[in-house]
Amino acid sequence: MADISLSGAPHHVDGIQASYMAQVQRRRLYGGLTLLIFVVLMVSGFNVADDRNAGGFWDGLHQIGDYPADVLSEAWEKRADLPALIVKYFPALVETINIAAVSTLIGAIGGLFLSLLGTRGLAKWPRMIPLFRRISDIMRAVPEIVIALVLIFVLGGGPVPAMIAIAIHTAGALAKMFSEVSENTDLKAVEGLASTGATWSQRMLLGVLPQVAPNYVSYTLLRFEINIRASAILGFVGAGGLGYELRNSMAWGPGRFDEAAAIFILLFGTIVFFDQVSSRYRNRLTEGQGQ
Amino acid sequence: MTTIDLDATKFEAEKLFQRKRLIGFGIPSVIAVYFVYIFFAFDLPGLAGRANMENAVTLASDSWSHKVHVTRDNRSGEITYAVEGERKGRYPDGQRPDWVTGDDAIIIDLGREHIVRYLPDNRTEIEIPGFQLIEAQAEGRTVTTNLPDDLPDWISASDRRVGITTPEGRITLTGARTEVFNYFPGWELFWFTLDSPYYGQSLAKVLFGDQIDPARGNISGAVSDWWNNAMWRHKDVAWAIGETILMAFLGTMGAAIIALPLGFLAAKRFSPFMLVRAATRRLFDFVRGVDALIWTVVLARAFGPGPLTGALAILITDTGTFGKIFSEALENVDQKQIEGVASTGAKPLQRYRFGVIPQIVPVLLAQILYFLESNTRSATIIGAITGGGIGLMLTQAIQTQKDWEEVAYYIVLIIAMVMFMDWFSGWLRGKLIGRKD
Repeated sequence: MADISLSGAPHHVDGIQASYMAQVQRRRLYGGLTLLIFVVLMVSGFNVADDRNAGGFWDGLHQIGDYPADVLSEAWEKRADLPALIVKYFPALVETINIAAVSTLIGAIGGLFLSLLGTRGLAKWPRMIPLFRRISDIMRAVPEIVIALVLIFVLGGGPVPAMIAIAIHTAGALAKMFSEVSENTDLKAVEGLASTGATWSQRMLLGVLPQVAPNYVSYTLLRFEINIRASAILGFVGAGGLGYELRNSMAWGPGRFDEAAAIFILLFGTIVFFDQVSSRYRNRLTEGQGQ
Repeated sequence: MTTIDLDATKFEAEKLFQRKRLIGFGIPSVIAVYFVYIFFAFDLPGLAGRANMENAVTLASDSWSHKVHVTRDNRSGEITYAVEGERKGRYPDGQRPDWVTGDDAIIIDLGREHIVRYLPDNRTEIEIPGFQLIEAQAEGRTVTTNLPDDLPDWISASDRRVGITTPEGRITLTGARTEVFNYFPGWELFWFTLDSPYYGQSLAKVLFGDQIDPARGNISGAVSDWWNNAMWRHKDVAWAIGETILMAFLGTMGAAIIALPLGFLAAKRFSPFMLVRAATRRLFDFVRGVDALIWTVVLARAFGPGPLTGALAILITDTGTFGKIFSEALENVDQKQIEGVASTGAKPLQRYRFGVIPQIVPVLLAQILYFLESNTRSATIIGAITGGGIGLMLTQAIQTQKDWEEVAYYIVLIIAMVMFMDWFSGWLRGKLIGRKD
């Protein structure tokens, strides 16, 4: 150290420069290595996936358009029937939306309790916080399809298995997002209420909820968007709604493509519609909070 | 003046309170009415009738236990012993469970003095404490028994088929065959099938004991027999989980790579042409709106079932989602840093590289890693539709409606896989961009 400072200014700068360049080089090396590993993973992963797929990527690439083209051309030929088909499948659409709405509501209520019980400072039983956190972790980790398939076996097909399955996952997912919000709540209101002798539920209802409600509603709306997609997908494995009708109409194959097209249109329209509506309300909710 | 002011304020306040009260009661009641509507729309009252409680019981008991079948083929008189009645779980010739004894008359001890005897000439005797000795004779396609007319509800009998269910096991008799199912807790043959020399050996003996199989070393032989276990298919399961994670990885990363340049095109600050911007945004909305379900269906037609199809479906859907998120992040970048880089004489590409990218990388990485975890779950579902990964194995196991212990095994693995990916993405996020707070 002393040697360097004695040997004069120019050498000093050189030393700094050299060590800086060495650092930059090392950074570049690490960055390059990370990139290399990533590229290798992507390429080899792609090759493995390509190998294990029934049809190859390059063979299938030019066929991508075939099925949509078949569906669209047939739907276009029978375009006169399309409005009638859309009306026919409208009840299935309502069922899909209902599954999503109910499971979002139930999930939000469940997530609310799980998050309040699992947040430090708010929990009713502070010792049980890890327990409630693990419960919500597990509920979040279970893919909807697992519960749906098991419940379909017990309860038979229909909307109820999908509803329960999505609600369980939603409760876990929302509990995590909710508790991220409620960790940042101002505890003064809660303390103030506690000093008046308010019970736990009163403290939560009057002290915490008004603070977190905009964020909670915003997350719930986001979840509703996701759940519409999920309920359509679960329908495809037998849980009723639009997905179920889609599978049936696809099983018919050519000749019934107009039905598939009608369902595609309904599903696409619904998803886009609810995405737009919910993103507008979410923007308004989070903007209102800033003021 | 002041009184009027006060009155007006009071009036205002009361109106506000009234509105609050209306909301306070209104929203819960709307939700309650909606639940009532759903109660009938989903036909919950009829659900009890449709629900199959027998299935639930089978599911609950089979998921943690296994049964050993002792089957007598009444035509050939041959007796087989098999775990779960599967060919793969059959006891090799000359071996049988130790609760079966006797040579001419096979005596099956189900425990607690429940005894079944397979006698010559297709006769069967069943001893159940507290009930008469049941004698049955199979002939051609019929079964004749000495059962009385009024039967307890754990016996069902006709001249074609007799079924007896006891807490110790189940017995079915038909003309063609006589079967006894003996239930045991646990997942049988999870480590080794019966034809493996390592079956029934203790762990210590495999690790430190004498060589069991002369042809192979103990550890390598045991590992290979476990890996190739025909009942539990550990190798296939591992591959399936790998496929599912691969789908999520390829889909998420591919989507991020494609969405980044498109995000620039959709961001107001970097894309001066309104038309390009609007077109890119509509493209994002379109691929997001079509949804993974429809993409899966469409892509499965072109590429056939498999992990690649699932990966591409995730890739296309998430390109839309990432594009939207990235372009929003790009809109919010700080201009100062870009100006600073520009003031050093940086060219546009360098301005992006050093002025923009460092600002958005944390947001990007956080989103990508979050989606990697969430897509692991999606990949399970997509796999069930398009036919790849652990999702397919799960649906197949559920559809056969008998291998519930395998279903339970897959469910445990899926949950473990998702939790691992959750932990892993959180860990990676911590390493790459530091903790969130």
